[in-house]
Amino acid sequence: MMNTDLDQSFAQLEAEARQAASSLHSPEAVENFRLEWLGRKQGRLKQLSEQWLKAAPAEQKRDLGQRFNALKTLVESLLDEASSSGPSDASLAAEALDITLPGTRRLQGAEHPITRTMNELIAIFAGLGYSVGVGPEVETDYYNFECMNFPPGHPARDTQDTLVIANQDRRSLRDRLLLRTHTSPVQMRTMEQHPPPIRIVIPGKVHRNDAADATHSPVFHQVEGLCVDTNITFSDLKGTLDHAMKALFGSSVKTRFFPSFFPFTEPSADVQISCIFCAGKGCRKCKHSGWIELLGCGMVDPAVFAFAAEKQPAYDPRKISGFAFGMGVERIAMMKYGVSDIGQFYSGDMRFLEQFS
Amino acid sequence: MNILTTWLRALLPAIPADDHQLAEALTLRGIAVEGIHSLGEGNGHLYEMDITTNRVDAMNHYGVAREVAAIYGLTLAPGAAPLPAAQPALTPFSVQIQAQDACGRFTARVLRNIKVQPIAASSGPISSYAARMFTLLEQKQISNAVDASNFAWLAMGQPTHAFDLDKIVGGIIVRRAHRGESLKTLDGVLRTLDPEDLIVADHAKPLALAGVMGGWDTMITPETSNVLVEAAWFDPVAVRRTAKRHGLHTDASHRFERGADLAACPLASEIVSAIILEAGGHIEGDLVDITVPAILAKTAHRAPVALALSEVQRILGTTLEAEGITAHTVETVLTALGCQLAAESETTWQVTLPSWRLDLAREIDLIEEVARVYGYNRFANTLPAFAGAIRELPHAAADSALRRTLLAAGWNEAISSTFTSATDAALTAPQPGLVVPLGNPLSEEAGVMRPSLVPGMLSMIAANLHRDTGDVRLFELGTVFSGTTEKVDERPALAIGLAGSAPQTGVQIGLGASTKPLDFYDLKGLVEQLLSRFKTKSVYFDNFASVAGITPEWLHPYRAARVVVEGTTVGWLGQLHPRQATARKLKDAVLVAELYLDRLHPLPLHKPAVRELSRFQPVRRDFSLLVPDKTAWAELDASLAALARASLPELTQWQVREVVHNQAAPRQEYSLLLSTTFQASDRTLRDEELHSYAQHVLAAVSNLGARLRT
Repeated sequence: MMNTDLDQSFAQLEAEARQAASSLHSPEAVENFRLEWLGRKQGRLKQLSEQWLKAAPAEQKRDLGQRFNALKTLVESLLDEASSSGPSDASLAAEALDITLPGTRRLQGAEHPITRTMNELIAIFAGLGYSVGVGPEVETDYYNFECMNFPPGHPARDTQDTLVIANQDRRSLRDRLLLRTHTSPVQMRTMEQHPPPIRIVIPGKVHRNDAADATHSPVFHQVEGLCVDTNITFSDLKGTLDHAMKALFGSSVKTRFFPSFFPFTEPSADVQISCIFCAGKGCRKCKHSGWIELLGCGMVDPAVFAFAAEKQPAYDPRKISGFAFGMGVERIAMMKYGVSDIGQFYSGDMRFLEQFS
Repeated sequence: MNILTTWLRALLPAIPADDHQLAEALTLRGIAVEGIHSLGEGNGHLYEMDITTNRVDAMNHYGVAREVAAIYGLTLAPGAAPLPAAQPALTPFSVQIQAQDACGRFTARVLRNIKVQPIAASSGPISSYAARMFTLLEQKQISNAVDASNFAWLAMGQPTHAFDLDKIVGGIIVRRAHRGESLKTLDGVLRTLDPEDLIVADHAKPLALAGVMGGWDTMITPETSNVLVEAAWFDPVAVRRTAKRHGLHTDASHRFERGADLAACPLASEIVSAIILEAGGHIEGDLVDITVPAILAKTAHRAPVALALSEVQRILGTTLEAEGITAHTVETVLTALGCQLAAESETTWQVTLPSWRLDLAREIDLIEEVARVYGYNRFANTLPAFAGAIRELPHAAADSALRRTLLAAGWNEAISSTFTSATDAALTAPQPGLVVPLGNPLSEEAGVMRPSLVPGMLSMIAANLHRDTGDVRLFELGTVFSGTTEKVDERPALAIGLAGSAPQTGVQIGLGASTKPLDFYDLKGLVEQLLSRFKTKSVYFDNFASVAGITPEWLHPYRAARVVVEGTTVGWLGQLHPRQATARKLKDAVLVAELYLDRLHPLPLHKPAVRELSRFQPVRRDFSLLVPDKTAWAELDASLAALARASLPELTQWQVREVVHNQAAPRQEYSLLLSTTFQASDRTLRDEELHSYAQHVLAAVSNLGARLRT
């Protein structure tokens, strides 16, 4: 065979290889190309080697071998190129997605807004060193009223319509069972268990014999707080609640305190916060006053400490002092989330609850 | 209660504030003005007051004026109603206080030849002033004798009463009622009296329920010409008991129950008498005034209270002004409120308390007054230092782990009522005999304390389904109650409810299976996941379909399971009994679980501990088996567990992938796809080994009648 023939033949093989490699758009095509040219049994280079190289006269072997290796190198480099460059733009375009379709969201449950609000309050007070205290929902008259300085026959008892357990008439007044009307009994239960200092928040369910309407429910929740130590003052009470309200509603919220009356605190106060809807300018929600009443509080009445001292003498009102506060969780949740009917909290309505997810 | 600013300004002409500023100042001192209504040019405003129950002394015009005087440092003149001179009486009117424990003072004044007429018909100065105030207050006018009492009430909050003197036999006796006595009260009701009722009587019969309501027979009528004016002080507890027994709540009882001003009786009598006399008549004899010294010593003349500035500062703390609460502040505030301070040193006092402030009795009460009048908002906001430590609630971590698991699984937290009906309680109570009834339930449907969270869960699910929310996933963490009316046990519980399917989220691309309804196994899986939060040795589920009385009645007997952890029943789960579903008009299958958390709480929480991961490939082998119907998965599972434990540690996992019951199958068998995984920690498994392991697995299940499907 003449060199020119060889030149032509190899040039043609090269051209074929380049031509074939130019349209390798899928991994399958690349693999087919590899098999066609480099396949160990049927590959064209194998055939070339068998048919030409082995049959060539000795003096041509060297030249032929070089041409053969050059072709093999070319095919291998074409293959490398094809497999590393991946699929072509055209083939990717065929896989296009409509990315404007909505994403698939995982179903997620919602914590109840009351739990969520209580946990927020607990976290705020945990930051101030408050532990969590709990107590029974069915209480004795003693813990719910008497030791909270509502003496038997006192008119202040009329302010809390009480649900009672049946058949209590024959028991002594202080042992009679009722549904606690506030979380305050846990104050006494905690003091009886632990000497001062005390810092607790008490989240819990309470009950009153109230007809249900948009803002009243016979079942509702309170978060109560109690702080007792040797050095607790009224200004500490103010500072603590001012901090808590800012943490709950944002740092721009202001608080103001009004004299009030609770049998178990003295001095007692009602706390208002600047309206969170109108920033204190006055709107329908705050009845155009710029303020919203949110919680009750006061310095623990010495009479309450005297009851605690029956079991823990360290509660000597001459040596220690303390403050207590209580707030309605529903009221806070209604404000924070714009709930207009308190009954929705107890409806189990999926449409209502899912909004808190 | 309503207050006229015109009246306040008549008492205190120099108030240096307009009506709105005055309202704000009062409110900041705890005498809360809830509403301000203009009464037109020259008539001032009407304040709607919301005064706390302890401040009964301030629920009248003079009482509010005292507060205004204290706020602005004004001088308030004592009340007075000058009376004409009395004509002498032959004998003084007879008054006896037999109930010395319950009546502290009784004043009686005899007025003769009076004329009963409208108050407005008199041109006397007090009558016309009263008539004008009544008009502004929209207070109904009845007759001068009754209106005089009402005026004294509005002016100074002191209840008084006028009797038709000619109907009184002998004189007045204040005593307890005798058994069998009765009295027709002013409301026209004939009341049988209780021996504990405190009454005003004459020498023949009861005349009035003392401090609560007058009697019908001695009422002032147009024909009345002689009157006895009573102004008295009755004991709070005695009045409260009498009023409660008779279901009466009157202005008078309200005041006496909370403590009236014993010293104010003569002035009240003067005001009432002056108004009546402006229409004619005269006074006969001196005011009869009987006081019980023991009660006087407990009320108007009670012992002074010691007060120390250091105690005021210890309780109240830091003020915004640097000088803080000083001795001068204490003296100024308390004097303005009517206290008399005798200084024992520069910073300690003996404080004599005003007769009208029975709410003041202790040092702390005086400290509150100082803070109140000084102004709560003039105190600084400080934070106390703290040396204690935070204590964790014992079960908080467990409850939070359970809640997190439920929320992550897509269940919404709900809260239901604490009460249920006796019927539902009987159906769902774990201990049916121990249901606790309420004494004054809100309704029959809420007659008992819930012994289970199931009734609440069922009604919440039903409410959702009835409003066409078909896919319901709810849970409640709450308290359940059992016991007797003597002793009530409270336990924490968890209820999980579901109906419908997990709603499809996102877009289905191409054709695919539609959403599968949630079933028993979804609920069971969730319960298993919840239990996996705890570190346990033994968890199993069983059922008692054919054993009467074990499976709770509300559950479908063949689709219910008891949950047993460490050998203890911790709850039940399953499908609502179809009978219950029908009764509650529920067409969809409803599934409910209840777990008794008091039995789970003692378990330690699961703490992740990692095992060494094998470097060698696991190999999965699936077996398509035919299993006799009577053979439950639990038996196959136990058999494979025994195999792995005893001789085949390379069997690391086995799972049931698919179960198909072929209704038309000739034999009583179902097909089950079992998937196993083999793995060794020290080598790659060879084909021969795997072949032999598969034979072991088949042998283990064939003991239970299972065979390879051919």
